[in-house]
Order: sequence, then C-alpha cells, then structure tokens
Amino acid sequence: MKPEDMQEFEINQLLEAIYFRYGYDFRDYSKASLERRVLHRVQQSDLGSISEMLPRIMHDTEFFELFLRDMSVTVTEMFRDPKVFKKLRKEVFTQLKTYSRVNIWHAGCATGEEVYSMAIMLKEEGLLDRTRIYATDYNNHSLDIAEKGIYPAEKMKGYTESYITAGGKASFADYYLAKFGSAKMVESLKEHITFANHNLMKDQPFAEMHLIVCRNVLIYFNPKLQDRVLTLFKDSLISRGFLLLGDKETLDFSQVKPSFETFSKEERIFRRMMYV
Amino acid sequence: MFEAIVIGVSAGGLKALTAILPVLPSDFPLAVIVVQHRHRDSDNFLDRYLDDLSSVRVKEAEPGEVILPSYVYIAPAGYHLLIERDKTLSLSIDPPVNFSIPSIDVLFESAAACYKNHLIGLILTGANSDGSQGLKLVKDYGGYAIVQAPETAEVDVMPKAAIDLVDVDKVIPLQELGVFLAQEKFSSNVEMSRRVLNE
Ligand SMILES: C[S@@+](CC[C@H](N)C(=O)[O-])C[C@H]1O[C@@H](n2cnc3c(N)ncnc32)[C@H](O)[C@@H]1O
Repeated sequence: MKPEDMQEFEINQLLEAIYFRYGYDFRDYSKASLERRVLHRVQQSDLGSISEMLPRIMHDTEFFELFLRDMSVTVTEMFRDPKVFKKLRKEVFTQLKTYSRVNIWHAGCATGEEVYSMAIMLKEEGLLDRTRIYATDYNNHSLDIAEKGIYPAEKMKGYTESYITAGGKASFADYYLAKFGSAKMVESLKEHITFANHNLMKDQPFAEMHLIVCRNVLIYFNPKLQDRVLTLFKDSLISRGFLLLGDKETLDFSQVKPSFETFSKEERIFRRMMYV
Repeated sequence: MFEAIVIGVSAGGLKALTAILPVLPSDFPLAVIVVQHRHRDSDNFLDRYLDDLSSVRVKEAEPGEVILPSYVYIAPAGYHLLIERDKTLSLSIDPPVNFSIPSIDVLFESAAACYKNHLIGLILTGANSDGSQGLKLVKDYGGYAIVQAPETAEVDVMPKAAIDLVDVDKVIPLQELGVFLAQEKFSSNVEMSRRVLNE
C-alpha cells in the first residue's frame, strides 16, 4: 500500500482520537482543507506522517493547543466585501433603529476586525449606544488579539479604502490610535463589545439576538454541522431578526431554510420568519 | 475510467480556456474543475462568458455542490476551491498558497486524494509555478498529467515549471487540447484510455 492510500484512514483516526481525548469534534468539518492544515502541521513539526502525530496529540496537551490554533483559520479583515456593509447600513440598520435595545452576535469573529467594522458603522448611524455586541470564537488566542484591538498599521490604508466603499461617513483614522507601527482601536468602540469563547460544535444558543453575523465559518463545516449551527442561530434570533452569512454561503441545503426569508440574495442577508 | 479533469491556469487564461472548453461536447462524460488565477475583486464575467461559448455547462463553484459530468466548475475569485472525498466541492479562505487564492496546488492536491487514478491534471499558461506540486501529486496517486506545450502558451513559466518537476504524460499544443480531451474513446476504462492517450 502506498502512503497516499493510508491518508484518509489516518486522518479519520486522528479526528476520532481528538474527539475521544479532548471533546473537539472535527469529524464534521470539511475534510479537504482540514487535511491540508493537518499535513502542514506534520511537516512543520518534522513528523513523518499523520500517524506519527497521533501520540503527540494524545499525550502532549501543549502540542494539542498548537494544533488547535492551526485548525482555526484566522484570516479576516475590516469591511471584507464592503458592499455587504453598505447594504447592512442602508437597509438593516433602519430596521434595527425601531428597537430600544439591540443585540448583535458575531459568531467566529477571529481576531475581531469584522466586529470593529460593525461597531464603527453602528456608531455612525447613532445605534452603537443602544447596542451590545457579543463576539465569539473558539480560538482563545484570536480572542486575545480581538480584545486588545491592536492591528498592524500598514493594514490601515487598505481598510480605509474599504471603509469608504462601505459608506463610511467620517474619517477612518478617528477610530484608532497609531503608535509604533500599530493601530489600536479606540475605547469608545470597545466598550460596547463583549468577547467570549463559544464553540459552535457544542455550545448553547444565545438569547434575543436582533442580528447574527457568521461569515466564512460555515464553509469549513459539513452539511450536518452547518445544520446544527444554523439551528442554533434560528433559536437565538428574535422574530424578524437578521442573519448575515459569508459571500458564498447559503441556507439552500439546510433544514432551517423554511424559517428564513431572503432579505438580500446578493449580500447573503436572511431574515427570521415571524414566530408562529 | 477517468471521472474528472482539473485545470490550472494563470496569465493568458481567458484565451486558453476559450480554445478548450467550447470544443467539449454537451455530453462530455467527465467533470472539469478549473482554477484560474485572478484578482480577488473579479466578478463572474469569466464563467458567464465561457458558458455562453460552450456546450458544456460552465458555472462558478459553490460550496457543498455535488460534482457532475459535463459541467465545468470555476473557482470563485478570492477563495480556494477544494474537492472532498465524497465528490463535492468546498471553498476556503485559508491563507494564499504560492501567493495565490485560489491556488492550483490546493485544488490539485485535494482532487488527487479524491479521484486517485481517475483524474487528469492539466496545466496551462501562466507566469508562476503554482500547480507543479499539485500535478506531481496527481501522478503520485496514479492520475494522468498533461501540460500545454510551452511554445503555445501566452506565458510559458507555469507549463515549463510543471514539465521540469513532473514526469508528465503528454505535452500538447493549445490548439489541439480541446479535441484531445473530447476524443470519444477517452472515457472507457483507465488502461484503455491510457493507451489511447499515449498513441
Ligand atoms: C476564516 S475565519 C472568518 C472570520 C470572519 N468572520 C470573516 O469572515 O472575516 C473563521 C473563524 O471561525 C472560527 N471557528 C471555526 N470553527 C469554530 C467553532 N467550532 N466554533 C467557533 N468558532 C469557530 C475560527 O476560529 C476562525 O476564527
């Protein structure tokens, strides 16, 4: 048997072991990209094969922490797909303004850029003061960065452009303090955000959300886990609440589809049907 | 029998794909999955343009989609395109590979693991070496490797890099590629196809 032919078996065995040992169920992730990240770790750690990594995973919790970090893809940015933020601002916020208190949940917020983008827009629309944003991820390392809200200054130029395309009304530079090559988001944004660990594989719904943002997370899950998570969102939203997904994500293959109407197909905004 | 063709192409891709895809018949028995490097803000002009010209159906790849014969799936701008072992498509925004997202290596590696010796890998024109490693893996898994003849490529860096690294089965000029892939006996059994291809 060639090494390639053992790989599928090895990876499945690894995921079983992780579930048994640590309770993280990666068996319901999209395997192809996960496998690529696992192989990358095998290579980085000078291991000969996935099977050689198995004992390390089982007995070395520090190594497992490292592995967990590899598994969580933290790629993100401010105002990704600016047209989506523009739409939110123009059409969803007007609806949110009818509530005296607004709760927003960013699930899979990574290092926080998307959350601060949201806070900036809420502020400009006069909504931030009545809003509480819950930003969650299962990667504590990312949450630490998100909470600090410090990003490389060289990224700010690109973000400024996206901010403008997203309909930004003020000067983007007003929202951070530049210092020693880094940009720190201002406190007046932060005080409305609560960062917390939440694992979409197994944790409970939040209550009374007006808007849930979960972008580029579901693409990493298989249909079964997607359904679990979307049901979680359905149960967390108020009647007529909004759900924003990533640019390529849909509800089309999900069992929760009948509970939502499409608010904006292009921007992937969905709306919870009236409770019956 | 071959089930799928993966195509990797970069600079000069529009012309190259236009020379190949419209030649495939509407009942083409294989699925075609394409990574074309392009700017991440690109719209889906490419997919629509090629679809209009072709008898096979050309569309943007969607996550979770079941891969079907006679379809051409093109990676959306700004996302890696991968193939799951259950022959469905998936997307990721993992970091760029070879400075590219979508990356040809990423598509080819996952395709090789899925289709093994039922896969054809094809590298076309381009200005970097993305895809060479992936094509090598296609061969390691027993698949068939084709490269566009560098002298017929708008930019020959990518085909040359592939030929340097991989023991390719065939090097074919652009104008003959479509006809070559469309040949009738092509999809019988692997051994037969292999013989036909090598004639
Ligand atoms: C590619 S990032 C997307 C970041 C951001 N939403 C965006 O679109 O720019 C995916 C995030 O999902 C998180 N994630 C993956 N699986 C998760 C899980 N089971 N529970 C919570 N977060 C998860 C990862 O840690 C990562 O931060």
